[in-house]
Amino acid sequence: MRKDDIRVIVFAAVVCLICSLVLSATAQLLKDKQDEQVELDRKLNVLKAFGVSVVHEDGRKLSKPEVDQYFTDHISEVFISKQTGEIVDSPDTSIIKKEQKERTHERRTLLPLYVWTDDGIPTKYAFPTSGMGLWSIVHGYLAIDRDLATIIGVTFYKHGETPGLGGEVSTDWFQNQFAGKKIFRDGGLQRIEVVKGSAPEGSDHQVDGMSGATMTGNGLNTFINRDLSYYEKYFSRIRGI
Amino acid sequence: MAKTKDILLDPLSDNNPITIQILGICSALAVTVKMETSAVMCIALTVVVMLSNFTMSLLRNITPGRIRMIVEMAVIASLVIVADQFLRAYLFDVSRQLSVFVGLIITNCIVMGRAEAFAMQNPPVPALLDGLGNGMGYSAVLLTVASIREVLGSGTWFGYHVMPAGYQGNGLALLAPGAFIIIGLLIWAQRTIIKKFEAD
Repeated sequence: MRKDDIRVIVFAAVVCLICSLVLSATAQLLKDKQDEQVELDRKLNVLKAFGVSVVHEDGRKLSKPEVDQYFTDHISEVFISKQTGEIVDSPDTSIIKKEQKERTHERRTLLPLYVWTDDGIPTKYAFPTSGMGLWSIVHGYLAIDRDLATIIGVTFYKHGETPGLGGEVSTDWFQNQFAGKKIFRDGGLQRIEVVKGSAPEGSDHQVDGMSGATMTGNGLNTFINRDLSYYEKYFSRIRGI
Repeated sequence: MAKTKDILLDPLSDNNPITIQILGICSALAVTVKMETSAVMCIALTVVVMLSNFTMSLLRNITPGRIRMIVEMAVIASLVIVADQFLRAYLFDVSRQLSVFVGLIITNCIVMGRAEAFAMQNPPVPALLDGLGNGMGYSAVLLTVASIREVLGSGTWFGYHVMPAGYQGNGLALLAPGAFIIIGLLIWAQRTIIKKFEAD
């Protein structure tokens, strides 16, 4: 090995070390602030699914205190058992913490449910729904009305799909299509479907697909309906009461 | 050595990175739908190209020639990730709209091009100014394209309504082909004005 080679290797190593130090310092420094933004965005999406308008008339988004106000006034989070569909009164926090790391409901035993109450009466329900799209796990929320059959809103807020193709899941035009669709008809669950191309006019359970992103749509079809069947265990208990 | 004024102003017109050198077109097409995203992208790119020029100029005499480009990549990539982290912490919505394009500053030929062409041969301060100049040259084009696209496409500028009520947005201006046409026209216009023509 020539003396020059050693110098090259040492130089490269030092550059790498400095770069990685700078990166980890930045990441560490900004982590709290970033987490706060992510949490705010998550809550905004819960509100959006519930049909709350999350932007003011001047185009400004709801601020953190405003969002938190909605949560204290109207929204309570409960956990239901995936096995039985019953509300778990005092859920084991260690299990919740552990299961929060799961990215889908498949391996959870306790499922989070947001209940919207007006004057103490539950009027709307929302739950997280997530699963594989084409490249990534797509995360979203789905809210249904007190009739336990009509979708109020759907949001997808975190994904790694191709911008412009599957990335369209996070756009308003795509999400707005879900409002008013029926998940329950004639005594049973009805499949919600993202179709390839345009949905038939007046369909109550199909929505237009995203062009160039059939696989992302198929992914949504799989996990939305899977999650609906999980939560149906609970909804079937309270339906008709 | 070129004069400070030339270093700063040359990239704005006679040697513009986008309209003359045709670099950085990808982001110029992608993020110019709105002024807000474009402005943030311009600031991010300008900061990155300034700092990368500055750093590479500091390292220019000790960097072994054989791994020169790899070192440049490491420095640029680190700076871009830092910029991206800041956007995620403080400009969450804009950073989401910019999605991959902040990360793609790494592959933006302007940044690497200036490091290779200028910073490796010049002292730190002129290199910093060269970065600023090129950042401004890039910004000038991006903001022009974004102004045209946002006003024609959405009837707004920085989100404020500028067209008369009832203005029907031109959908083409919002799509990538619209940006392509606008940039093409800009390149034509500028080259006609400064009389720069490619040799046959």
